[in-house]
Amino acid sequence: MPTRRQIIAAAGVAGSMLALPRLATATPQMHDDALSALSGGAPINDGRVELIIPGVAENGLSVFTTVAVESPMTEADHVRAIHILSEQNPIAHLLTWHLSPRAGIARVSTNIRLAASQEVTALAEMSDGTFWRDRRHVVVTIAACIDGG
Amino acid sequence: MALAAARVSMPAEARAGEVVEIKALMRHPMETGYQVDAMGESIPRHIIERFTVSYDGERIFGMDLTQGVAANPFIAFTTRATRSGELVFTWEDDRGELSEVRKTLTVVP
Repeated sequence: MPTRRQIIAAAGVAGSMLALPRLATATPQMHDDALSALSGGAPINDGRVELIIPGVAENGLSVFTTVAVESPMTEADHVRAIHILSEQNPIAHLLTWHLSPRAGIARVSTNIRLAASQEVTALAEMSDGTFWRDRRHVVVTIAACIDGG
Repeated sequence: MALAAARVSMPAEARAGEVVEIKALMRHPMETGYQVDAMGESIPRHIIERFTVSYDGERIFGMDLTQGVAANPFIAFTTRATRSGELVFTWEDDRGELSEVRKTLTVVP
């Protein structure tokens, strides 16, 4: 039998989800459109990028995300920018990191919000104009309250 | 009104050429604009939009943020120690409020 504390906690979760409107979320199509807008239509290669993100995120409000890119980070050959894209959040393009050879290595972390279980994409833009990506599926147990809650 | 003070963690000293890890944490609600308050009023979007870092006057790192970044944004990144100098970290939100942190990195040969 659940304790009183569990019942109150469950009621709180249910209440906060019901009281608020649901918003339209990004779709895989919006994700793909954002991807091609960022790459300017250039081909996107798989590889060189490693997206390190939990396969199961208990709390979609804050998901620790690291992107590492294989690059010598020299003037001649470096990562210019890294983008993170979502296919289920209200917006598809979550963030951009701007890097330079001064970084030494290409490895950046931050906490992102995920509104639902979905594919997350990391897209790296190199100094030679090529684009590389990695994709990971993340199961979100408690979705970020970005669609109300 | 200026933004709340941020915290930056990085070594005070590094060898020339060493890659230094820098961690920055800013207190900010990163309000998405999708939520409503208890009265049913929509809570306006309020987010940090830009984070920039310069080292010895040269921009070394930047980030464009959206409501897809968690509250109290945490950012970890790196820089190669070149010479002793000041690192300036700047956060700017969508209301034009700024916060700045300055740290000195001493580079030993």
